[in-house]
Formats: sequence, structure tokens, C-alpha cells
Amino acid sequence: MPEFAVELRDVSKRFPAPSGEIVNAVRNVSLQIRDGEFFSMLGPSGCGKTTSLRMIAGFELPTEGDIFIHDKPMGQTAPYQRPVNTVFQNYALFPHMTIGENVGFGLEMKGVDKAQRLTRVRQALEMVRLPGYEARRPRQMSGGQQQRVALARALVNHPEVLLLDEPLGALDLKLRKEMQLELKRLQREVGITFIYVTHDQEEALTMSDRIAVMSGGRVLQVGPAFEIYERPNCRFVADFIGESNFLEGTVREVQQRTATVELAGGLLAYAESDLALTNGQAVTVTVRPEKIGLRPYEGAQNVYPGRVEDIVYIGTDTHYTVLLAGDQRLRVREQNEDPYSRPLASPGDAVTIYFDRAAARVLLD
Amino acid sequence: MTKRRSPWVTLAAILVYVFLYAPIVVLVIFSFNSSRTNVTFAGPITGFSAEFPDPRTSVVTASPCGPFHWFCTLAGNRELINAARNTLTIAFTSTLISTTIGTMAALALQRYQFPVKTFSEVSLYIPIVIPEIVMGIGILTLFGALFRFLNASLGLTGDGRLAMGIGTVILSHIAFSVPFVTLVVRARLQGFDKAVEEAAMDLYANEWRTFWRVTLPIIAPGVLSGGLLAFTLSLDDFVITFFTTGPGATTLPIYVYGLLRRITTPELNALSTLWIALVFVAVFITQRLERRAA
Ligand SMILES: Nc1ncnc2c1ncn2[C@@H]1O[C@H](COP(=O)(O)OP(=O)(O)O)[C@@H](O)[C@H]1O
Ligand SMILES: [Mg+2]
Repeated sequence: MPEFAVELRDVSKRFPAPSGEIVNAVRNVSLQIRDGEFFSMLGPSGCGKTTSLRMIAGFELPTEGDIFIHDKPMGQTAPYQRPVNTVFQNYALFPHMTIGENVGFGLEMKGVDKAQRLTRVRQALEMVRLPGYEARRPRQMSGGQQQRVALARALVNHPEVLLLDEPLGALDLKLRKEMQLELKRLQREVGITFIYVTHDQEEALTMSDRIAVMSGGRVLQVGPAFEIYERPNCRFVADFIGESNFLEGTVREVQQRTATVELAGGLLAYAESDLALTNGQAVTVTVRPEKIGLRPYEGAQNVYPGRVEDIVYIGTDTHYTVLLAGDQRLRVREQNEDPYSRPLASPGDAVTIYFDRAAARVLLD
Repeated sequence: MTKRRSPWVTLAAILVYVFLYAPIVVLVIFSFNSSRTNVTFAGPITGFSAEFPDPRTSVVTASPCGPFHWFCTLAGNRELINAARNTLTIAFTSTLISTTIGTMAALALQRYQFPVKTFSEVSLYIPIVIPEIVMGIGILTLFGALFRFLNASLGLTGDGRLAMGIGTVILSHIAFSVPFVTLVVRARLQGFDKAVEEAAMDLYANEWRTFWRVTLPIIAPGVLSGGLLAFTLSLDDFVITFFTTGPGATTLPIYVYGLLRRITTPELNALSTLWIALVFVAVFITQRLERRAA
């Protein structure tokens, strides 16, 4: 059994734009997607997610590099000869066919006989909770239902890999949440490798085993949700996933895994880092708002005096903007544990903020 | 919210309809005329008789077909039957070929970028705006020169020589129909979602099967209305046919024109009535298809 369901080796894709210049849609991307994994590609619009997915499906050919599906090099293989199926963003159901014909299309093209086809179509529709909808037409179904049909149409073929391009993008929030759980359940049930493209970080974090964060055609970081969130390897990832504070400074000392960074206003920040840092190097220290407290606690290495500039109450939490020495601002998030939701400080108050060495990370950019 | 319509609008609408349809109504009525000269309407033929009246009778009072006398004599007119057969042969053949070519052209223009695209688009639509008579002269000149050259260089003589005939008419009809078909099919393709073709290919259908199972069924209403347009254009084309036809390739419009120069009888009106009926059916089908596709 090959180790990877899909492998991209140094894949680039360039498009000639109508204006004559060249668009670097995907740049030197290498990815290894494991068998049975729920793998997400996450990034802002235009970062090359769709292009990457389309290259795996065979709708686009890489300008450079190779794509392997279960160790087989895809080369120029046509889409209809690849062992993958796609769920398109706007479903792309065949409007002139019934739901049954839509779902059975792949099996028909593969030459599966009619009796078996009907059985499998029925099972697939049951799996996506649309039993008995065979005779309907796509236009008679709601967006959510069409989405399920698109899923059934792909899964009925038992592909080695299922590609999904922002499949929930057109659904409203409530339905989207429902479908997220449903997709996750389906993936566990069928055990097929899912490659899921989304620009919604929450969606990626909830569903994925691993996430590749993309920007400007490059993959910046690959890892499970907690790793991406807790140990971002660059400023873009830290900023794109969740909320982050960034403090610029200079490395003063490195001891074992702790870096001492001098910030503006002469403040010293202690941060954990595995990077090979040298004294005097310019770096950024990042720390998540929820990992900073206004309440004192034992063992906090980073303790700074500051002044509250702004308070935003959002129900579960309250956000404070705290101004530190050297005109640096930090966002602090405190949970509203107090049943009366009394804020810990008011605008203008002098406060002290606390955070752990382990909560702060050093970034090179 | 309903708005009161001005009576002038209603009046204008009625006038437009009268203007459009009065000639047609008169034409149809005169096809039942009992007077052979057909200058004035002398009332319909009311009587039935066992035999056809002498073809020289000036006022027909009775016929085996009753009021449909002129339709029956029409059926016995060999020249006319021949012209009708030619017309339909030409219309069907040229429609089939021009619809195929026009659809392919529309698909190519829709989905591919190529260096001479703008040029090919414009050049495709120019024949629509060029006066038909110019096209006719052009085609005539082309075929004339081509046939002279081929006949000379291949040493063809007598009946073996290439000459104007049904073949050249079909070719010229294809030539003027293709732009119209392309235009109609392209309009249909505007809303075509390319993703469904990718979906088909994703589901193991190769290019060929994708076209027949997905693309064509979806654009079929556009292709059919393009085809019907080509068919009606071919049916009633006079000018270009006039320039490209040859012995034995007389079409209905050419034949009718020939008759007009001699004498007009209600038979001609009967022929036109049938013709109009055919066109109405074609238009009706087109409308139905358009509505179904919408
Ligand atoms: N067929 C194409 N021709 C030209 N440029 C393209 C084409 N497809 C994508 N691009 C460009 O490539 C970049 C990446 O696009 P895409 O992969 O669709 O991004 P994403 O899915 O992450 O939003 C964009 O700048 C886009 O404009
Ligand atoms: Mg996209």
C-alpha cells in the first residue's frame, strides 16, 4: 500500500493573463497527503487553492513538477482516467438529467450494468440522506440538497481521493455548520481521502486532520489544526488563522529554547523558539490574545504595565486593547467568568498584562 | 400593481397587426377564389363535381375538391412538385450541414482563445450585413471561375463538366446560414456553465461522450432554433439561389417568380398558403423550444 494518496512534487502553474503578463497561480508546491486523511487547503481568495485542486483532478496540467496519485505519476493523464472525483463549488449537476441519472452517470460511463447501478445510486442517496429522490430534477432541489447530490454523485464511484472545492461556500451559515459535521461523518464512514479547499479558517480547523495554509501560490505551513494555530511558522499564518498580536524586536539572548527579544520602549519579551537565532537579529514575537491575561498569576515570564485604550464586549469574552511602552498595542481577550460580566478594567485604566514564555513565539518575518 | 393602458397603445397595436397580417389574410382568401384571373375575389368555389373543370375555364364553379380546387391542381403540377422537392432537399441538406458547422463555430468561439479570434468573429458576421445580392454575385463569380478552371485543367467536356446546379445552391445556402446559426447558438452558450462538462469528464466521460451526453443536450434548444432559422432562410431564399442555380435546380421562389412574369392564378395563392402554414408551424415549434429552454 503506497504511503501517500496524493503527492505534489515541486508543482508550479503559470497562466498567461489576457494582458500578456504571466500569472504565477501556484509556485513550487510540494505536498504529501496521506491515505484516508481529511486534508484541507486553506488560504485567501486567489492564493492558488482551486488551481492546485484542478491539477490533481486533471483539468489543468502543471507547468512544472509532478503529481502522483497512489504513487502513479499522473503526467498528462486526462481527468476521466484519474481515480479521483470532484465536488464542484456550484455543484455542476447536469440540469437535463434526473437526480438518479446524475448520481449514476459515473457508473454508467464505467460500464456498470443497470441493475447494479440502480442499487448503488439508491445506497449513495441514502448515505447523503436523500432517499427516494431519484426521479427529481436538480432545479427542484434546494441548495443544500443539490450539494448532497453532488456528494453522492462523486462518492458513488468509490474514488481513491475526493476533491472538494469550497463545497459549502454557497450555503447559509446554519446549513454550512450542519454540512460540515455531515461531511466529516461521511469521510469517516467511507474512509476515502478528502482534499478540501476552503478560505474559511474555522471550517478548516473543525474538519481537517491536517491543513496546508497557502498564500500567493505557495504553501506556507502544513500540519494539524493545533499545530497551525499554536505554532505558526510565519506572520501570515499567525495572522490568517485566528487573531494574533505582533511585536517587533531584536534578539538579545538565546538560551536553550528561550529567546530574549528586546522590544520597542526597552521591554524584554521571553519567547519559546526552535529557530537558530543570532544575537542582534530582527524578529517578530507573536502571541494570541486569549493567552494574555489581565489577572496576575504565578510564573508568568512576560509582565508589562500598560493602559487600556478600548474595550469590546462580545458575550463570551471581552477584548481589551492595551497600549504598552514604545507605542505598542496588544489585544487581550479575557473570558467573562463573572456572572455579571463586569469588565476587569475601564478605558484609561492602568493595567498590568501577563503571558507565558510558551505562549509567545518568535517569527522571522 | 397594474397600470391603466392608454387606448392609443391598444390602437397602435391593432394597426401594427393589421399592417402585418392583412396581406397574408388577403393572400389566403384569394387562394379560394373561383375566378382564375384572380384580380378580384369572385367568391369561393362552392360546388362539387366528379371531374376537374377545363383548365381554361375563367370562373370555376365546381371541382372534385370543392373550395380546395387550387390546392388540388397544385398537387398535379409536375414542375411545381419538382421545385418543391428541390427546395426541401436544399433546405434539409444545407440546414443539417450549416447547423453542424455553426454550432461547432459557436463552441469554438465561446471556449477557446486563439490569435485570430476577433478577426474570425467579425468575418463570420459580415455576411449577415452584406447585401444578399453582393453575396450572390460573389458566389456566382467564384463558382464560374472555379468551374472554368477545373473543367479546363481536368479536361472535362459535355455533360461531365462542372456546372451550376443543386450542389452549388446547397453550398451557397450553407455559406449564408452558418453565421446565423452561430449567432443563435452563441446566444444560448452565454449562460452555459463549463463546470458541467468538467463534471462529466470527472465522472469518466471522455470528450466525445461529454459532448453527446452533456453539452449537446444542454445547448439543444439553441441548436434547434438555429437550425430552424437556417431552414426558413433556405426555404425562402431568392436572391442567392437565383445566382447559383442551374438547369433542373429550380426552387419554389424561383419558380413562383417565373410564374409571376406570365400570369397569376389562385394556384399561386394556394401554394403561398401552404408555404405560410409551414412557416407558422416552424415558428411555433421554435417558440415552444425557446420557452422550454428558458
Ligand atoms: N485559467 C486561468 N487563466 C488565468 N489566470 C488564472 C486562471 N485560473 C486561475 N488564475 C489565476 O490564478 C490565481 C489563483 O487562482 P485560484 O487557484 O482560482 O485561487 P483560489 O482558488 O485560491 O481563490 C488567481 O490570481 C487567478 O486569477
Ligand atoms: Mg477557488
